[in-house]
Amino acid sequence: MRSRLEALAFALVLLGAWQLLHGKVVPGPVEVAKGIGELWERGLLVKYALDSLRRVAIGYAVACALGIPLGLWMGLSSTVFAAANPLVQILRPISPIAWIPIAIVIFGIGEAAPIFLIALAGVFPIASAVAAHVRTVPPMFVAAARNFGLSEPQIVRRVLFPAVLPQMLSSLRLALGVCWIVVVAAEMIAVDSGLGYLIIDARNAGKRYDLVIAGMVLVGAIGLVLDMLFRALEKIPSVRWGFR
Amino acid sequence: MKLEASGVAMRFGEVNVLEPVELSVREGEFVCIVGPSGCGKSTLLQILAGFIAPTAGRVTADGVAVTRPDRKRIFVFQERGVFPWLTVAENIGFGVEKAKRDAKVKELVPLVGLEGFEKTYPHELSGGMKQRVEVARALAVDPDVLFLDEPFGALDSITRLTMRAELLRIWQAAKKTVLFVTHDVDESVQLADRVIVMSARPGRIRAVVDVDIPRPRDISSPRYLELRDGILAEIGLAHEI
Repeated sequence: MRSRLEALAFALVLLGAWQLLHGKVVPGPVEVAKGIGELWERGLLVKYALDSLRRVAIGYAVACALGIPLGLWMGLSSTVFAAANPLVQILRPISPIAWIPIAIVIFGIGEAAPIFLIALAGVFPIASAVAAHVRTVPPMFVAAARNFGLSEPQIVRRVLFPAVLPQMLSSLRLALGVCWIVVVAAEMIAVDSGLGYLIIDARNAGKRYDLVIAGMVLVGAIGLVLDMLFRALEKIPSVRWGFR
Repeated sequence: MKLEASGVAMRFGEVNVLEPVELSVREGEFVCIVGPSGCGKSTLLQILAGFIAPTAGRVTADGVAVTRPDRKRIFVFQERGVFPWLTVAENIGFGVEKAKRDAKVKELVPLVGLEGFEKTYPHELSGGMKQRVEVARALAVDPDVLFLDEPFGALDSITRLTMRAELLRIWQAAKKTVLFVTHDVDESVQLADRVIVMSARPGRIRAVVDVDIPRPRDISSPRYLELRDGILAEIGLAHEI
């Protein structure tokens, strides 16, 4: 409770300083709050937020659907690891933003391009992390499962997967954060809605910097909520052992 | 013979971990393998269980060659072998087919004294309780043979004593063949029908001691002390500090 009060006090001090010190071009918190109110009244706040969330949800789902099996496979097979890991490690540090020209050439204008970029932002970190987690599973667990006569697919499902789940949840949470970061850049191309579009459009059409910052604030607030929701998963009994 | 090793040897590169070993274990027998660290006793146990293939010799169980682990012969690790993502009941039922799982768990929970902890996760249990979960998980698939690799090594000395008594009780009730590896000479004489004494570098069997003390054993009886001191001397340790 006390730490929350401290956090609130600190935020108020920063907001006060921002209000006092902001210049003519960069608006202060009061203007930004009015901007958020304007977005709400025009019905854009909810619409843009939902559009962004939908794109992240789809892109992130694609990243998980490809990255988790790839990571498990890389973690299980030294051959697959040797073959795929260099490629994953080369692709992982390339910012998805660098893929924008390619994304437009392949997907043109529309929903597919930003979703592709978001999926790209998630898939390599997820695959790489899951592969690393699988390799840290105590061999004793696998030996015990083998002793009970489990087949290889059963060992993956009943032992390796639950054994890596806590670490994997942490990695998936970080990946979701990255995908949410990338949605802003991804929506600056190829689409005409979403929080990223709001930011670039507010600047281009009338230099509405109050709306630019309003967009930034919304991105930050929604990112925080996503992270908190994901953290709630860590309370599930069968993974809690990994978070002590 | 329940379990037989003939000429079983192991080398890692140039290192002779285990000199050729001859060993026969009768059905229902409790055999302890005791020796200092590095004598290859854990390696021998893993070979007998089929986890690693020996570089020479062969292992048979009921006359059939052992080439891989089998659910008829379950290996019990130290308590770190329990699955942390499963509850006590789910751990115990892990190896049992779904239809029989609940009944098996119900049967074994009282045997290992874990009533009331069925829904508890391992990280909320003490080391001794985790060890009991693992023993119950092994017993649940009704194996003929249990391999225990220093199962009580990580427990405090008081818990260790209780666990020994419990293991004996379970062994007598469940009528399993038990191979138990330990570096604790007292533990081996308290538990075993027969103690295999091993020595290190190179790892080999030095002596086989029949423990002819009826159970429950009086661990201050002259015969107990005589057998224990004989084994200590065999390993090359004086019984004075």
